[in-house]
Amino acid sequence: MQTKLAQSFRKPGTEWRVPWPFIRSRFVKFVVTLIMLMIAVEMILPFVWMVSTSFKKASDVFNYPVEWIPSTVDFKHHLKVWTGRDSFVTYYLNSLKVTIIPVLIATLLGSLAAYGFAKMSFKGRDVIFLLYISMMMVPPQILFVPKFILFDWMGIYNTHWALIFPQCFSIFGVFLMRQFFLTIPDELIQAAKVDGAGHFYIWWRIILPLAKPVLASFVILDFTWNWNDYENPLIFLANQKLYTIPLGLNKFVLEENIDYNGMMAAATAAILPIIAVFLLGQRYVVEGVANAGIKG
Amino acid sequence: MNKREKWLGYVFIAPNLIGIIVFMVIPCLFAILLCFAEWNHMAGLSEIKFVGLDNFMRMWKDETFIKSLKNNLMYTTLGVPLAVAISLIVSVILNDKVFAKKTLRAMFFIPYITNGVAVAFVWMLLLEPNRGPLNSFLKSIGIDNPPMWLASTKWAVPALIIIYIWSHIGFNTIIYLANLQNISRDYYEAAEVDGARTWHKFVYITCPLLTPSTFFLLVTGIIGSFKVFGIVVALTQGGPGNSTFVLGYYIYVTAFRYYDMGYASAMSWVLFIMIFIVTFIQWQGQKRWVHY
Repeated sequence: MQTKLAQSFRKPGTEWRVPWPFIRSRFVKFVVTLIMLMIAVEMILPFVWMVSTSFKKASDVFNYPVEWIPSTVDFKHHLKVWTGRDSFVTYYLNSLKVTIIPVLIATLLGSLAAYGFAKMSFKGRDVIFLLYISMMMVPPQILFVPKFILFDWMGIYNTHWALIFPQCFSIFGVFLMRQFFLTIPDELIQAAKVDGAGHFYIWWRIILPLAKPVLASFVILDFTWNWNDYENPLIFLANQKLYTIPLGLNKFVLEENIDYNGMMAAATAAILPIIAVFLLGQRYVVEGVANAGIKG
Repeated sequence: MNKREKWLGYVFIAPNLIGIIVFMVIPCLFAILLCFAEWNHMAGLSEIKFVGLDNFMRMWKDETFIKSLKNNLMYTTLGVPLAVAISLIVSVILNDKVFAKKTLRAMFFIPYITNGVAVAFVWMLLLEPNRGPLNSFLKSIGIDNPPMWLASTKWAVPALIIIYIWSHIGFNTIIYLANLQNISRDYYEAAEVDGARTWHKFVYITCPLLTPSTFFLLVTGIIGSFKVFGIVVALTQGGPGNSTFVLGYYIYVTAFRYYDMGYASAMSWVLFIMIFIVTFIQWQGQKRWVHY
């Protein structure tokens, strides 16, 4: 980079000179960056407004021009959100529980099944896989009523198990991981077999370590979906102590209908930690999503 | 392939398959049964009454159903292509025409990872018709009667579409950027030798080579947007009037507020069949325009 830059500044045998096209291309790039930055700021402006409103006084919410930095800072609303009987502490613990357990199990069982579909042959394999693909298109609405009846019958309606059990079995995960496993050469498995390794050993010790990128993609996507799931908790949970973050937020808003600052403090509580986690692991998240898009 | 291995294959898929059968396949089959029945689940299984095709006949006379269907179509046909088109432009610009690409990419992506319900409440205030920041801004630049957004039957669905586009640009952009990385520079260099302009390179090289991503985004985007539900529950509850009813929401209301399980199941199957047909047509049509 540095030598290239130097070359473009100075041609051998001439004095130092800044070439005009170089300046122009840099300038154009700079202007384009500025324009894109303005649009990008627009994308996150709702969140900036949310955070700033959560600290405002009730009377200042709709002041115009918008006070991006509140004239008076009030922590009252945040205190209300995080403390009290059913606070966001409870919701966070609930959300973590119903997200992390299924993600781990779904990854394990999904990779096992994906290995079976990709690297083993047995009767009916392709028919079963076709069933999987057609199930991917089923809208969740079809399953609401039957699942409600099933959970009632199993005795897990209005418990966290109603969220955890079904999410342990991911079709998308099998699909995504199978696509990746197909790209791993069969010779590798044959060679391991010659050395006396069984399929479980190969899956656990050879395939999974190779599949780390796709495992990461799946974990990230599955985590995001479970974490943000609104529909299943809405239908299968009634007890407020069991509420996950989206439901807790909903409840808060219904109770504090006109308290806009409180609403925004609750929204901040729901959103900001996730944005922080995202910014920390940005590279993995972005690559994970991109991988899923290309392979899936 | 020995006998033991054939048997072992089932062991590998069984744990996942059993779960899928219990929590998806059986419920799905049960939903088919319910389509032809009239049933309030509170009454117990013995009270199921089979009514033939009544549930399906009822739909076409049901105003809310028709309205929901229209809203679904409008939401999908406007939201998905617009989000994809905007993302295409954004990703091409972000790919090699800016500084600080990663920071910008992250800013575009943030709306996608944030919780839909929380986002809904933020937008509810942003779009507040009388004093909300957006309308205050529109008034200040000289638009005297800005749309009433969620309070108006005409502007509520467009508002939902705007939120959809806003939250999906980031995801689409990342998929496109990944695809752009895989396009060889050689194509562009060859085109430059032939004197191609930027615009020509975009139309004749970039767009065709991005068609696999475009296809992926359209298929998954359409499937996803047909199922729209959460944002409607949180933001409008179908209102004002029935102006923002969509099928996903109407099914939910029918099942869990009116306890009309049969009708809800029948509508959910109509939704599924629509998604299936649209996806099937896209799948068949891909040979015409997708370049792998």
